[in-house]
Amino acid sequence: MRDLASIALFVVVVACTPLVTQSGVALNFIMMALYACLLAQAWNILGGFGGQFSFGHALFFGTGAYVQAIAQQYGVNPWAALALALVASALVGVIVGALTFRYGLKGSYFALVTLAFAEVFRIVALSVPFTGGGVGLMVPLRESAANMQFATRAGYLWLVLALVTVALLVSAWLRHSRFGAYLQAVRDNEDAARAVGVNPFRVKLAAIALSGALMGAGGAFYVQVFQYIDPGIAYGPSTSVEALVAAIVGGMGTLWGPVLGALALHVLADLTRNLFGQLPGINMVIYGSVLVLIVMFLPRGIAGIGVPVRWLRAVRRGDRNG
Amino acid sequence: MLDFGILFPAVLNGLTTGAVYALVALGLTLIYGVLHIINFAHGAALMLALYAVYLLKEKLGIDPYLALVAVVPGMFALGYLLQRVVINRASHGKDENILLVTLGLAIVMENLALLAFKSDTRTIETAYTLTTVAIGPAMIALPKLIAFGGALVVSALMLLLMARTDLGRAIRAVAKEKHGARLMGIDVDHVYAMSFGIGLACLGAAACFLMPAYYVNPQVGGGFVLVAFTIVVLGGMGSFAGALVGGLLVGVVESLGGLYFGESLGQVGIFAIFIAVLLFRPQGLFGART
Amino acid sequence: MSTRRHFMSQSAAAASALAFPLVAGAQPKTVKIGVLHPVTGALAYSGQQCREGALMAIEDINKAGGIKSMGGAKIEALLGDAQSTPQAGTAEVEKMNEAGVAAIVGAYASAICLATTQAAAKYNLPHVVDVGVADQIVERGLKNTFRFGPGYKKCAEIAVANLHVLNTAAGKPARTVMIIHEESLFGTGTANLLARELPGYGYEVKEVIKHANPTRDFNNIVLRMKAVNPDIVIPANYYNEYALLVRTMQQQKVTPKAIYSVLGGAASSYKFVKEFPEAANGIIDCNHWFNPKDKRSAELRKRVEAKGLFYTYEVFNTYTAMMLLADAINRAKSADRAAITDALEKSTFSDHFMPYGATKFVNGQNTGAQPLMTQVLKGDIKVIVPRDYREIDPVFPLRA
Repeated sequence: MRDLASIALFVVVVACTPLVTQSGVALNFIMMALYACLLAQAWNILGGFGGQFSFGHALFFGTGAYVQAIAQQYGVNPWAALALALVASALVGVIVGALTFRYGLKGSYFALVTLAFAEVFRIVALSVPFTGGGVGLMVPLRESAANMQFATRAGYLWLVLALVTVALLVSAWLRHSRFGAYLQAVRDNEDAARAVGVNPFRVKLAAIALSGALMGAGGAFYVQVFQYIDPGIAYGPSTSVEALVAAIVGGMGTLWGPVLGALALHVLADLTRNLFGQLPGINMVIYGSVLVLIVMFLPRGIAGIGVPVRWLRAVRRGDRNG
Repeated sequence: MLDFGILFPAVLNGLTTGAVYALVALGLTLIYGVLHIINFAHGAALMLALYAVYLLKEKLGIDPYLALVAVVPGMFALGYLLQRVVINRASHGKDENILLVTLGLAIVMENLALLAFKSDTRTIETAYTLTTVAIGPAMIALPKLIAFGGALVVSALMLLLMARTDLGRAIRAVAKEKHGARLMGIDVDHVYAMSFGIGLACLGAAACFLMPAYYVNPQVGGGFVLVAFTIVVLGGMGSFAGALVGGLLVGVVESLGGLYFGESLGQVGIFAIFIAVLLFRPQGLFGART
Repeated sequence: MSTRRHFMSQSAAAASALAFPLVAGAQPKTVKIGVLHPVTGALAYSGQQCREGALMAIEDINKAGGIKSMGGAKIEALLGDAQSTPQAGTAEVEKMNEAGVAAIVGAYASAICLATTQAAAKYNLPHVVDVGVADQIVERGLKNTFRFGPGYKKCAEIAVANLHVLNTAAGKPARTVMIIHEESLFGTGTANLLARELPGYGYEVKEVIKHANPTRDFNNIVLRMKAVNPDIVIPANYYNEYALLVRTMQQQKVTPKAIYSVLGGAASSYKFVKEFPEAANGIIDCNHWFNPKDKRSAELRKRVEAKGLFYTYEVFNTYTAMMLLADAINRAKSADRAAITDALEKSTFSDHFMPYGATKFVNGQNTGAQPLMTQVLKGDIKVIVPRDYREIDPVFPLRA
């Protein structure tokens, strides 16, 4: 399949970057760009393919992050903790999904309710002792591959690349599988889908579980890299916004859209960060303006441009199918 | 704690705080009700209005309540222009794009303020900032009482606007059925811009009532956005009576929640209501079932 | 467009030239220091004040002849914006590392410092922490991290001990305490410590109230205060909330026997005293403060105020942290990171205007660091404890 080929190419190229450069700046940049891709792809599964816009994806991010941190407090190996984090985030997804889809929440209502859930979790995380409350949790420094803490950025880069690969494979699967077809059918017209025998409730539930799990993986990864988590970082709105903006700017419901969007925004943020350093604030003004301009001139996202580069052909096809 | 001497002032506090929330929510509910936009820039716009009130007081000595005369039309103009020139053009009619545009605008506004005013917090001093009025065992700050009155007045004006004026009828028509309205000769773009403008004008009023008891810095809008959304949903998207009642209710819940569960945990009460309303009565208290 | 596509392939030097605003001009022989603070985002005010302190220190050092042992080499600041998040802070550290900085000073906020010190440790890049009061920062065994000022554990311990001293000297009029703290790292950590230490000295902690950042209204908390009627109110929060709390107390006419702050956001702030003199009067704070007997601080204050800024703790903390670093570079006689780290470890720096005496680092913490107790009296902030630095006799309690 063309999708698999493009994914393979992408993975190989990116995986080789630590062999090509030792620059900490470059490797950190690529690692954080991939991290942004992961978040965007996770959101895209529910939002792009499923058509359910979540404004509170931090809910899953934070859950994954806290499970990763808390499990290690009890001596659980980080790799096992990652598995737990995935399960926990998926579970939270199922619970929230069951509640909201059961009551038929759609569109803006769904978006706002996910936002509310994220806020509730944030406030609760501030108040319960096992999350460390406002003080947050630290993961002690102990570098070793078995402990998911790597001496160089390369290790983390390959880890997040692996997660991104999983997300890409899932997205490709959604584009070509029956389940994916059901999901997109529900997105396009839920009633019509029900009429032809699709169970929208179950389909959406599976989507939110999948989306939540991947987002939770992002949270667990964050904890391993920065070794500190608190309620604001875990459940705060900035992560939710980051995920959805990247996915929409890149092109929702496509395979490469979230990747392109995450990369573009990451580059933009990095470039503008130190422009006119004497006058802090200008950089964000530029960032916000560019965001508005991108939306103005690329209404279908970056993936909507027909770029005649071979590895982006999958995107265009995705556009037509998606 | 069930002591009346504590409960009564807490409820009054909640009502007066809620009144300001209601003012913020009034604009948001109009913008949502008509344009179906979740306006991410609402908090940033409030912040700009607060700076306007601050500047008028500091540079020209104009009392914040008198400043209503300048700030409200000013914010209206800003809103009209933003919708007509930026949002309308950028959104291409897609919901998710509108979202991103308002988000981008919020970032731009917040950081322009950071550039212009630096990040320190500014307050204004007026003769009545510290005055309190005794109502039973409660001592309510005068600016908050005035804000309460202001919220009632503005809500009433909005209801009148929608019910009695041609513009109001046009807005309601567009909100209900955009294409039909266009066929009837209503300039939909103009109505959209007017609605956005009026929405921001309400923020202008909110700022005038809020500033004497509060402060302004570039990030101040963020603290009101979630609460405003909650009220809009609770009251019913597009309903002004709903925004008023919802605001007062949320204010009281926040107040009592804080009293019984601690200020931090008490905030959960607001979101619990939010979720409950969305699940069980998504049209809100006053909204029409869609 | 080409910049964007070729960004990743640019050499580090070119990247640093493009990415960093160079300050103090490009001199032939300079020592590059990374100045990393959250100058945008939620912490913008504090970040900008810190940066100001760092830049003024560099200006002074260069004016006095630069690093003398390196032939008068000037210090060149590479400014970085941590954007109030650990991720951005970390990315900046990477850039600063590749730009060849000899050391980093930053990053104000504890959560950001945790990330930046760790990132710097990978390159054995010495990192002087200017404010960041969380004790975890210096408890991880990182060899590159040096904190000049005190952590919140030290501040809490000193605050409690001094409260007892003041109270005993006044005949023990105060017995009950109410703690009001902000909900994140520094507030919660400080409150936990206080709640643990105070009973040991015979005080009853009647209530601990946690509030959000931001909190829009303090009327309810003040109502609780009225109901609980504590002798002493202990706030630990940031400027905006502190100011709102105290103004609300003034409005509701709630007057405890003392407002005794620990790392109170506005309690020892010239800005607060200037804008709300009545509300500020009598407030005691246990916080970062300069040595009032050292003229240099007063001079710096004049220069800062001439720029239209307030002389806040961020300014003098970062200023003196930079001085510490310059002294270490001078003794290391080179911009070599290992040499500087070694020089910092062995530092006995005492030529500063903080009340720390001679520097001595143990596991990255300057053991001489201490907060001072100040009180707002007669419209000015004066040191009351310890006696060596006392400027005015404390007024305790404020009312009988």
